[in-house]
Amino acid sequence: MTAMRRYLPGVLVLGIPLAWIVLFMLLPFGIIGTYSFWLKKYPTFVPAFQFGNYVTLFTDPQYALVLLRTAKISVLVCLASLLLAYPFAYYLVYRCRSAGLRTWLYMAVIAPLWISYLLRAYVWKTILGTQGVLNSFLIWAGIIDTPSSIFLYNQFSMVVTLTYIFIPFMVMPIYTALEKIPANLIEASADLGMGPWRTFWNVTLPMSLPGVAAGFTLTFCLSFGDFVAPFLVGGPDGSLIANVITTQFGSALNWPLGSALSVVMLVVVLGVVSMGDRAERRGTAGGV
Amino acid sequence: MTDNTYATPPRMSRFAADTAFMTFVVLLMAFLYIPIWVLIAFSFNDSSSLSWPLSGFTLGWYEKLAGNEPLLRAIGNSFYVAAGATVLTLLIGVPAALALHRINFPGKTLFRRLILLPITLPGIVTGISMLNMFKLVGMPLSLETVILGHATALVGVVVTQVYARLQRLPKSLQEAAFDLGAGPWRSFVDVTLPNIRSAIIGAGLLSFVLSFDEIPVTFFLTGRDNTLPMYIYSTMRRGITPEINAVGTIIVLLSLVLIVVSVLVTRQTGARSRN
Amino acid sequence: MTPIIEIDHLSKHYSPTSIGVDDISLSVGDGEFVTLLGPSGCGKSTLLRMIGGFETPTRGSIRLAGHDVTHAPPYRRAINMVFQDYALFPHMSVGQNVGYGLKLMGCSQLEIRTRVYDALKLVGLYDKLKLFPHQLSGGQRQRIALARAVVRRPKVLLLDEPLSALDAKLREQMQIELKSLQEKVGITFIMVTHDQTEALVMSDMIVVMERGRIAQQGTPQQLYDHPASPYVANFIGTTTFLPGQVRQGDGTSARIALGGGELVANVDQAFVPGDVVTVGLRPEKMRLLAEGETAPNVLEGRISEVVYYGLGLRLGITLSDGARLWADQLLPDTLARSQVPSVGAPARLAVAAHNVFVFAGQVAP
Repeated sequence: MTAMRRYLPGVLVLGIPLAWIVLFMLLPFGIIGTYSFWLKKYPTFVPAFQFGNYVTLFTDPQYALVLLRTAKISVLVCLASLLLAYPFAYYLVYRCRSAGLRTWLYMAVIAPLWISYLLRAYVWKTILGTQGVLNSFLIWAGIIDTPSSIFLYNQFSMVVTLTYIFIPFMVMPIYTALEKIPANLIEASADLGMGPWRTFWNVTLPMSLPGVAAGFTLTFCLSFGDFVAPFLVGGPDGSLIANVITTQFGSALNWPLGSALSVVMLVVVLGVVSMGDRAERRGTAGGV
Repeated sequence: MTDNTYATPPRMSRFAADTAFMTFVVLLMAFLYIPIWVLIAFSFNDSSSLSWPLSGFTLGWYEKLAGNEPLLRAIGNSFYVAAGATVLTLLIGVPAALALHRINFPGKTLFRRLILLPITLPGIVTGISMLNMFKLVGMPLSLETVILGHATALVGVVVTQVYARLQRLPKSLQEAAFDLGAGPWRSFVDVTLPNIRSAIIGAGLLSFVLSFDEIPVTFFLTGRDNTLPMYIYSTMRRGITPEINAVGTIIVLLSLVLIVVSVLVTRQTGARSRN
Repeated sequence: MTPIIEIDHLSKHYSPTSIGVDDISLSVGDGEFVTLLGPSGCGKSTLLRMIGGFETPTRGSIRLAGHDVTHAPPYRRAINMVFQDYALFPHMSVGQNVGYGLKLMGCSQLEIRTRVYDALKLVGLYDKLKLFPHQLSGGQRQRIALARAVVRRPKVLLLDEPLSALDAKLREQMQIELKSLQEKVGITFIMVTHDQTEALVMSDMIVVMERGRIAQQGTPQQLYDHPASPYVANFIGTTTFLPGQVRQGDGTSARIALGGGELVANVDQAFVPGDVVTVGLRPEKMRLLAEGETAPNVLEGRISEVVYYGLGLRLGITLSDGARLWADQLLPDTLARSQVPSVGAPARLAVAAHNVFVFAGQVAP
């Protein structure tokens, strides 16, 4: 009796989230996992165990191409975010002399996370469109004569939009990683006669890699599964896996194939996350 | 500042570097905030096309909103969903953070991985897998199924925030409460909870906002009722109008208020625990 | 004295290879000030935390005032603890912190107020009632933690390195204060420390611990005068160790050959001629003989180092076999240059037979 009362809090604290995980994550994942082996039989689908769906995914150019494109776009988004986020985080930690300004700038980058994700994608559609703000502005300023269509409905617009949406996820971990590097290491490096560039290259950059890895993981996974931005700013050659999955569960009515695609996405995300984890851990182990 | 004799002309290069960094930061801020100003500016523009230059000031788009019955219903639905999802994420997330911090059990790493997975897992996977399950057990889609979906997708946010705070809390505090005669429940209510309260409020606000904005999970799990983002999304399929900008401006303003609230909440306790 | 705490064959094994506390039996008398002393990792904190109920023993039992509390959680023991980091609740005022334990005991508002007042008066901080912990200095926080623990009038008060976070001056002052407070309230104190001075100044009984076991227990004087092992001799005070061989011995005394001569020592075990032993000598018990002066127990060597340490001189003496020992010499009021022993000069050191510690075997502590 007393033993039960003693352990009851622990059981509840662990039991509630555990039950939730089992019921709303493991079980649903199991179900789509099962469906992914089933057979489509118009207008529904029937139980089976065959790898046809997966074979289709990786051999039918229609799907294989989309998978590759999605990976490419996600990598580009990661790189673009990194190019913007790293110098910014570096500036905040090492160059910004006013603590107040540092807080404000950091907040300014994080704040958009609180602003509707849909709106942030939408606004780029209004900016980049043929009749959009950018084109009309350029004409108004006399830089171009006729509206250009190079801005919207292509992969460029998608990378810009996704970078805009996900850049906070790159800034946060890099900032944290840079901030954790002990100042005396940088000083020691300068003391040993390394110039600023060599200090950066030999000390700062390697020690901030765990943060870069974390940022890459988050940004890649989120871009990989995005389906709103491609819908809004991507063109005919701009659909990503998420759009294809949506179609399979919607008009195409091919749930087994859609499930297989979801499983692929799940596996990719799990793979990237564990790779990121390993990179982070190696970075930390190599540190102080 | 020490003069570094090894580095070449220090003053000049430093000045150049500072200027370069400043320019970069200004450009980045422009990239982040000009779009938001564009969104706001065109909500007051009296032309139905979104092109430069602005033609004139109007509040017409806002007036139109006020009479838009489906939109108002969608806003109501969104509040219902976000409130429900926030309560659920806290009810699951806080115990999960406590379990991760306090209890040692086999499979803890897996447990941590799973509960944090939805942070990186695209919402579409969560949405589709839950859709399949609801279909399988014959549960009709509704705002309630959306709430369940949001709670699953957002619980990781609460766990990370609360867990981070718990880690900063000295372990001895709870032991001191035990020592002074408080059982597990009392010590949680009297000592742990007050010290993680601001993290819980912050996490709650964040998950409210994220749920309010959520699209991918909602897309698959909603029945006939629309949430606000879903309504906007379907409007966009029909074409873009400044009316969307007007809704957007209101959302931006509300988000701003919530950001300020959450900063104030966390700053207050931050100052107290620092000594 | 009736025992308040009886520990019987208590062990804490974290894993088969990692042993925190190994088969300890200990009895603590009511009203005593007991110190668990040892280097970090010797198991002293684990033992304290098991008494407090924060760790569950693997084996053995703990009795508090005759009742078995081995498996009782902390909140069901009439024991309170002062934590190393004080663990004051940051969201409660000083008054609320001290009163919290009373509130949980179900005391009335009036009783809480009077007892909080008394406890704060005891530590001299009644004027801080309304302040929050972050507004106090380290020493003040320490006292509030103390007040919070004694206000419940526990049977036993545990202190986990209570002074370690304070600076040296304050620490010395608090040693005296803690001791007199303990005498005033009459509660049994069990303190953990790695600081031998702290232990010597405050304790009625010291328990020296070594790798999860008790190396020796006794009053400060017993430990200082009769260390049971080189480990204890080394931990309490300073001791130099020299290798020696028994020349002649009976149950109470022995004659031992060392590099610089022969010493007679009082012993409590029978040594046989030829036994290899280790001799421990405390610097402050060595007396430098003046020229021509004679004494019974003498070692001869040469001065190899002279170290000034304020209160006196510490001389390094190298014996004929190359072994070195320390000898302290208090300084007179005025010290003529000529009186400072010079390096290289021959020296003769006398030591009383009861100040020569003899340990069996060759030990390198």
